[in-house]
Amino acid sequence: MKKWTAALSMFAVITSATAAMADITIGVTIATTGPAASLGIPEKNGLEFAPKTIAGQKVKFVVYDDASDTTTAVQNTKRLISESNVDLIIGPSTTPNALAMVDLATEAKTPMISLASGKPIVVPIEKRKWIFKMTANDEIAVGAMVNHMVKSGVKTVAAIATDDPYGEAKIKPFNELTAKHGIKVLMIEKFKKTDTSATAQILKIMSAKPDAVFVVAAGTPSAMPHTALFERGYKGKVYQSDGAANSDFLRVGGKALEGGLVSASPVLVAEQLPKGYPNREEALKFAKAYESKFGPRSTFGSHMWDALKLVETAVPKALKKGKPGTVEFREALRDAIETAHVKGAYAVFNFSPTDHSGVDVTGIAMLKIVNGKWKLEDYAKFK
Amino acid sequence: MDSTIFLLLAQDALTNGAIYILLALATILIFGVTRIIFIPQGEFVAFGALTLATLQMGEVPGTVWLVVALAVVAAIMEAYRLLRMGVSREIPAAVARTLAPPLVVSGIAYVCAPLNLNLGWQVLLTVMLVTTLGPLVYRVAFRPIADTSVLNLLIAAVAVHFALVGLALLFFGAEGFRTPAFSEAQIPLGVLTVSGQSIWVYVMSIAFIGLLAYFFGRTMYGKALRAVAFNRNGARLVGISPSLAGTLAFALAALIGCLSGILIGPITTIYYDSGFLIGLKGFASAIVGGLASYPMAAGGALLVGITESYSSFWLSAYKDVVVFTLIIPVLLWLSLRSVHFEEEE
Repeated sequence: MKKWTAALSMFAVITSATAAMADITIGVTIATTGPAASLGIPEKNGLEFAPKTIAGQKVKFVVYDDASDTTTAVQNTKRLISESNVDLIIGPSTTPNALAMVDLATEAKTPMISLASGKPIVVPIEKRKWIFKMTANDEIAVGAMVNHMVKSGVKTVAAIATDDPYGEAKIKPFNELTAKHGIKVLMIEKFKKTDTSATAQILKIMSAKPDAVFVVAAGTPSAMPHTALFERGYKGKVYQSDGAANSDFLRVGGKALEGGLVSASPVLVAEQLPKGYPNREEALKFAKAYESKFGPRSTFGSHMWDALKLVETAVPKALKKGKPGTVEFREALRDAIETAHVKGAYAVFNFSPTDHSGVDVTGIAMLKIVNGKWKLEDYAKFK
Repeated sequence: MDSTIFLLLAQDALTNGAIYILLALATILIFGVTRIIFIPQGEFVAFGALTLATLQMGEVPGTVWLVVALAVVAAIMEAYRLLRMGVSREIPAAVARTLAPPLVVSGIAYVCAPLNLNLGWQVLLTVMLVTTLGPLVYRVAFRPIADTSVLNLLIAAVAVHFALVGLALLFFGAEGFRTPAFSEAQIPLGVLTVSGQSIWVYVMSIAFIGLLAYFFGRTMYGKALRAVAFNRNGARLVGISPSLAGTLAFALAALIGCLSGILIGPITTIYYDSGFLIGLKGFASAIVGGLASYPMAAGGALLVGITESYSSFWLSAYKDVVVFTLIIPVLLWLSLRSVHFEEEE
């Protein structure tokens, strides 16, 4: 009996060892349940398009759900590193979870491709050698909006933001960029996503008569202040942040959102982009593939799509320098990602040793809500 | 602030206040009858609005399965209780009594959900489903510990709150919903525009207060509830069953919560976790009424609504701080004013 189990475990060791030698293992931890599930589910959908092999090597995916919870995200990361000996981590979906994971990934010398957007995930760069992200930095998203304000002659603006890190992250570049362009910020009001009414804040904003109002909230909570502005008959421009750009937002807000402006990835309006726009082709490809399987396209789905494309670009280079499962391979993979240029669906990524986000101004366009759909309003100059 | 804004804020305060009145009434009712500080009152609000939203989409709401699951658990608990009391021949009847109403209600909801009935019927279905939830929650979570201390009951209430919020997330997802308004009418009234929906809120709120006053003042069951609230042991001595009173109180509280949810669903976006803060404001109003006086609680609810509305205008970042700080002077005043005596547990 003892011999038998010993033989079996030997066999297990050998097979797992050979598997580790041959296959590339990619760990994924995203929020497919919990409050951030509206991000994690389309990301998981994007995983359906994962390649089975890259450069002749088999690719194995180990996928965990972090339930939108920071502790679980950390546990998942530890398991991916120590149990599965992954070569790369994709995820998580949200900024707080990403910040909790960066040190673990750095310590284990495992490259991590975050799908969350917060700038501190990849800054300061000397502490984030192993960390990359597939999203535009806040100042690019807010910058596109402020440029639009300048173009349309907005002189005064008021903001209403959620009382959370998301709101803070947007308000900071908003204050800096408006000051730079001579736009006066009249006031910054706060609300909570669980509030039953934003009427009072909107009344205060409207009594100051701003040319435009900037609503800062992620997902459906962005609809409430917008609806209140509509109900009170506000005539100026209403801007929404990139976190609002999903189909649930359009569903909840309904006709109150008509004419609203959102800074978001051009992937949502791929068909309307001019020929030659940097990510037009890939965005159309993604939209076609995603919508034939899962319904309306989602920017979160495109993050996963692009992360996979980045992996496909980087792995062949890294394979020349080491075998999967070794630290040499992971180092080579990191170096390959850091110099990668990828035409993604969400944006075009030009990674460099000083920029681990790699998204430039073409990664965000201004969209307008017309008849409950996204319409391309303005886009950055491109080469 | 000019007079127009003053009036608009007052209008907003009144609409929210009307909802807080309903929730404060439910909180006092449950505390009086069962001594439970019922934290999850707000969850009935969220379940009400979200169940209706799910029915609107022609899908079967998760509430149906929750009702079925709780009914099965309740039936098992009932059978076990009777078995231990040594009256096993009563088990089939008791199990049937526990299972039948929830199963019938959830069965109807299951069949009707994909039919895309008109709004009125969907509201009725929602009200039936969520109201059934109340007594089941009482049977499963509170009745076995009904005679323990207020603190134990409070801890159980907190547990129920977390369980219901988690289940709501599972059933309805993380995104919010808005339900269609009962009335799209807009009535101009001087500088104000009163929406049909807010008139519904006022009318329902007043109607419910009247209905509760009638129920407690004129009907036998209402008087029995008051008797239990006044003196549990005394009520028991004259033949009123505290557990029946508890069941009734929870059914009423769930009904009130569900109606509040349906009423505010079209005014605001409701999320799986929206209920907690709304319920907490109802609770703060009930505190103003000393968890005993219905009229004082109604005044408290209006006070909370007004404070909330005006503090959102002046200090939006500290709105909830202002609202909940309001409780402290009230508590201080209440504790100075009232003569203390230790209640025997």
